[in-house]
Amino acid sequence: MRAPAEHFLQTVRYTPFHSRTAAANSLNLWHRWRDYTVADAYFDVALEYTALRNASAVFDLSPMTKHRITGPDALPFLNRLVTRDVAKIKPGRVGYCLWCDDQGQVIDDGTIFHLKENDYRLCSQERQLDWLLTSALGFDVSIREETEEVASLALQGPTSCAVLKSLGLAAIEALTPFAMRYFPFEGTELGVSRTGFTGDLGYELWIEPTHAERLWDRLFEAGEVHGLKPMGTHALEMSRIEAGFIQAGVDFLPADRAIRTDRTRSPFELDLAWLVDFKKPNFTGRRALLEEQRRGSRFRLVRLDVEGNKPAKDAYIYDGKRNVIGAVTCSMWSPMAKASIALASVKMPFGAPGDELWAEIYYQKELKWSRVNARCRVLAGPFFDPPRRRQTPAPER
Amino acid sequence: MTESGRIVVIGAGHNGLTCAAYLARAGRDVLVLEAAHQVGGAAVTRELTRGFKVPAVAHVLRLLDPSIQKELDLARHGLQFARTALKTVVLAAGGEPLVLEGNRIVSGPASAADRAAYPDFIDRMRRYASVLARQHGRVPPRLAWESWRDALPAGLIAFDIRRLGREDMREFLRVLTMPIHDLLEESFETPALKGAIALDAVLGTKLGPRSGNSVFTYLHRLSGQSHDPALPRGGMGAVSEALAGAARAAGAEIRVSAPVATLIVVEGRVTGVKLEGGEEISATTVVSNADPKTTLRTLLGERHLEAEFARRLEHSRSIGTAAKLNLALSGLPEFAGLAPSLAGERLLIAPDAGYVDEAFNPAKYRDYSRAPVLEITVPSVADPELAPAGKHVLSAIIQYAPYDLAVGWDNERDAYRELVIGVLERYAPGLRRLIVAAEVLTPLDLERQFRMGGGHWHHGEMTIDQFMMLRPVPGAAQYAMPVAGLYLCGAGCHPGGGVMGAAGRNAARVVLEGAPR
Repeated sequence: MRAPAEHFLQTVRYTPFHSRTAAANSLNLWHRWRDYTVADAYFDVALEYTALRNASAVFDLSPMTKHRITGPDALPFLNRLVTRDVAKIKPGRVGYCLWCDDQGQVIDDGTIFHLKENDYRLCSQERQLDWLLTSALGFDVSIREETEEVASLALQGPTSCAVLKSLGLAAIEALTPFAMRYFPFEGTELGVSRTGFTGDLGYELWIEPTHAERLWDRLFEAGEVHGLKPMGTHALEMSRIEAGFIQAGVDFLPADRAIRTDRTRSPFELDLAWLVDFKKPNFTGRRALLEEQRRGSRFRLVRLDVEGNKPAKDAYIYDGKRNVIGAVTCSMWSPMAKASIALASVKMPFGAPGDELWAEIYYQKELKWSRVNARCRVLAGPFFDPPRRRQTPAPER
Repeated sequence: MTESGRIVVIGAGHNGLTCAAYLARAGRDVLVLEAAHQVGGAAVTRELTRGFKVPAVAHVLRLLDPSIQKELDLARHGLQFARTALKTVVLAAGGEPLVLEGNRIVSGPASAADRAAYPDFIDRMRRYASVLARQHGRVPPRLAWESWRDALPAGLIAFDIRRLGREDMREFLRVLTMPIHDLLEESFETPALKGAIALDAVLGTKLGPRSGNSVFTYLHRLSGQSHDPALPRGGMGAVSEALAGAARAAGAEIRVSAPVATLIVVEGRVTGVKLEGGEEISATTVVSNADPKTTLRTLLGERHLEAEFARRLEHSRSIGTAAKLNLALSGLPEFAGLAPSLAGERLLIAPDAGYVDEAFNPAKYRDYSRAPVLEITVPSVADPELAPAGKHVLSAIIQYAPYDLAVGWDNERDAYRELVIGVLERYAPGLRRLIVAAEVLTPLDLERQFRMGGGHWHHGEMTIDQFMMLRPVPGAAQYAMPVAGLYLCGAGCHPGGGVMGAAGRNAARVVLEGAPR
């Protein structure tokens, strides 16, 4: 590592787990995520995915942007920032949330960790410090980015609870979804939240960077008999599409980056109306979203079950009459659903659950391009949603 | 919405009273709540000491809208003028003062070329100012053009500029954002003349003559339809009293000593106000004459606003740089080289544009000027009732004295008062012996006593970046605020500062029409 004064010489950084992820990365496949070096895959995308869905897998989550929000106005501040009612997220609980600009267009989504009274952590895909500080005008809060100060891993999959039990975390099976607890770990504290981005049973682990490598080693010792493998971003991407989770910059354009006003999306247009609470105090975008509710939304995000086996990558979506009504935002062949699946943004009023749409799919075999028009069915729920995700006590298979 | 219920107007400044009068005349139930014990805000006449009354803050009337005077019949409600068409006198410490009247140089040390050029210059500037004047009575267009209704008013502005004619239009567009200093260098050679115009360009702003935009602020000052400065009989308070009379006659109720502490918001709508004493008054509409930041941040609170809007508001510029000196005098001061008959005119200490610019320099660095620029009136010359027989009051606006003085005003106020009196005495020898009472009002005092945020006379800088659809900030420039039921009607809105009344009148129209949002 370089001296802080020379930080600009090293524009891509390492996570606290890098010595371990580098050793595990037999493919030497890396990419840049929020200026950190992270693995696309470690040994085989399909096998990493298979480990995740059938045993468990670990993902290095450290580059996730983390903000610490403290002070007497922490709750009112967060309630003005995000669209859901943060007062309902009690200490020791976590909530998924999103936040909008003045026009009610989504800037980013993330998770709020209520660590203790007047003390919150906000995790987000994008860097948000500027927007948080803007939103802090008139509030007695202190906000800082603490991405560097917290190392984190996602431990996901059906045996993830068993791995943590083997690690010695007492009564971990009793932790309910979206709850967080601290455990003593080799002279420091290990934070464990039952959260994740895979739609499966899973946990996220939070620890001081100095203890990161030790945590990795102990986790893999404990996980060996439970089939634990490291997993890169490719496998994670597959799992999040199956779970129907959206990603900034892929399924929606962060509103603060948009130049054209019709490129952004509101929470309603991302099928996240359940995150918007008009009964709580005022929040940024509230007036615009009320107006949208009155006038109607422009778009809808739909889950598509695509006929055939061709992933509908970047496909245009048509109504029955050859009119383009939208486009796919992400797609894959889902091993769990045994189907070609996709998320797509379509114009209203198209895309009600049960509707039939068409995807114009281009695919290549040995450099020869072909086209297929595949019938799509709009699904009401996620592609993959196992009961173990919500069960407490968590299964220890 | 229930637009027929009670309307509370916060603040009985001249705009609040104007707005209240128009609303009451339209048959609405109007209650005006004023924090001070008398109406008028910064357009007020106060007793400085026993028997001596001064226009406490604003002291010269030049922008008051004639149609407001007529529509509200202010003459019937007691508005009279002690003087109209005041001459402008540029004082000289050791020589002959320059005297200007209307578009003429009357006397004094001016070159023949400048005597010839001045009328054309003033006439031209008034033509340009008329473009601004035509906007005074209009609600600014919205920047988010969602229909031709939004685009039309913007087209009207373009038309106003175009109909100046080709030559004038080009010149108008050329000079609009220029520093006044550069325009003066092009136009004149007489130092005192350039000083006088430079002062008119920058008075009440945080600009120096070499700052961009200072031609624009000069045009704003000329944009009143009466052009020439006047003194109301009884001081500036007389304007407010007449407006209050018109409002009361139309049925409005005015309560003084009733400071509002907060706005009451229920489910995104303002439903009333809470007074500092705890009393709650419900209203279907609240119109605030307080400045935008005080209204939206202090009384409403950022949490009721959108975050980006709150940031725009935070970044709007409203640091006051003008202070006020009020003197009670045992006799008429003698100004060097000035005939006593001219002592009642508008007297300037601005010997040249460079002097004005140097006076500005310290303000950039949060210090006050040691050689300040002054606009002085001795209103008791034309209006003897302001002072006991044979005695006088002097009123002066002092430029530059920044609100955010680095060392703080509270320990500096007395030294500052003595400094300014010392400067005055250089132009009026013996003045100090005449002083019966003296008060200096720094921008901090203006904020405390008159509740103008930042001590800014115009509730925010009057520059192009804060003009029309940008005043006070985009998204709030049509008098209706983002929070339903709340309106602004003060100088922080279009068309801005000066005792004008246009903002109050426009706001009343928006309230009555039911604002589109």
